[in-house]
Amino acid sequence: MNVPLIVFFALAAIAVLGAVSLIWQKHPIHSALSLIVVMVALAGLYLLMGAEFVAAVQIIVYGGAIMVLFVFVIMLLNAGAEERTNFSSLAKFAGLPLAVALTGCLLAAVYGSHEQVQTAAQAGVTAPTKALSAQLFQEFVYPFELTSFLILVAIIGAMVLAQRDRKESHL
Amino acid sequence: MIPTNYYLILSAILFGLGVVAFIFRRNIITIFMSIELMLNAVNLAFVAFSQAWNHLSGQVFVLFVIVVAAAEAAVGLGIIILIQRNRQSLNVERVDLLKL
Repeated sequence: MNVPLIVFFALAAIAVLGAVSLIWQKHPIHSALSLIVVMVALAGLYLLMGAEFVAAVQIIVYGGAIMVLFVFVIMLLNAGAEERTNFSSLAKFAGLPLAVALTGCLLAAVYGSHEQVQTAAQAGVTAPTKALSAQLFQEFVYPFELTSFLILVAIIGAMVLAQRDRKESHL
Repeated sequence: MIPTNYYLILSAILFGLGVVAFIFRRNIITIFMSIELMLNAVNLAFVAFSQAWNHLSGQVFVLFVIVVAAAEAAVGLGIIILIQRNRQSLNVERVDLLKL
């Protein structure tokens, strides 16, 4: 058992435990902190695979910006512990079997996949950020420009939604 | 040297846990966070395939997914603030205006 494999299993265990904790915790702020743990563990896995730029973006954008937004909204709304209601019996009885079936289908697809995919070793070579940026700004330059437009639309949408004094807001 | 299917199995497990959280939680903010968890699981699969085939497009897709997740979080949290303001509750089962 070599060192990268041990690191992989440690990070994978942290990620799965964080995800279980997200389900288990009753308070949304605890769920948010669990999700941050998952994201940091995934950033470690990206580093292990040699995708260093993606790891940095994961930490900065996901673990930093998006989760700060979540925590900020939880504090702004003063969200307390979750209220347990059981109005939907469909989710209660059919939810877990269907979720397990979906995961089983995904795992079966992984096991039934091409031999070359399964055994392709993650060599841990660093994908050079230079090559990544060349790909991003040459082959994918139009989608990249479209994402800036998407962010502009999202900013305007968030501002319109969160406006305070709108008379006709009946949701 | 870690085989690719280890990463894929971890990705499937994380996705399944995200689905379970999405179904069983009642708080709309937690449901939103479970969507982020599923997006993260898919990102892991993207990077694993990118490394397995030695092709950088997967990592570019991950960047796009992160951008879309950021935009989604901004708009979604605005909607959550509106729901709280209009219904004084974050429980999704109390947002049932369209239910028969």
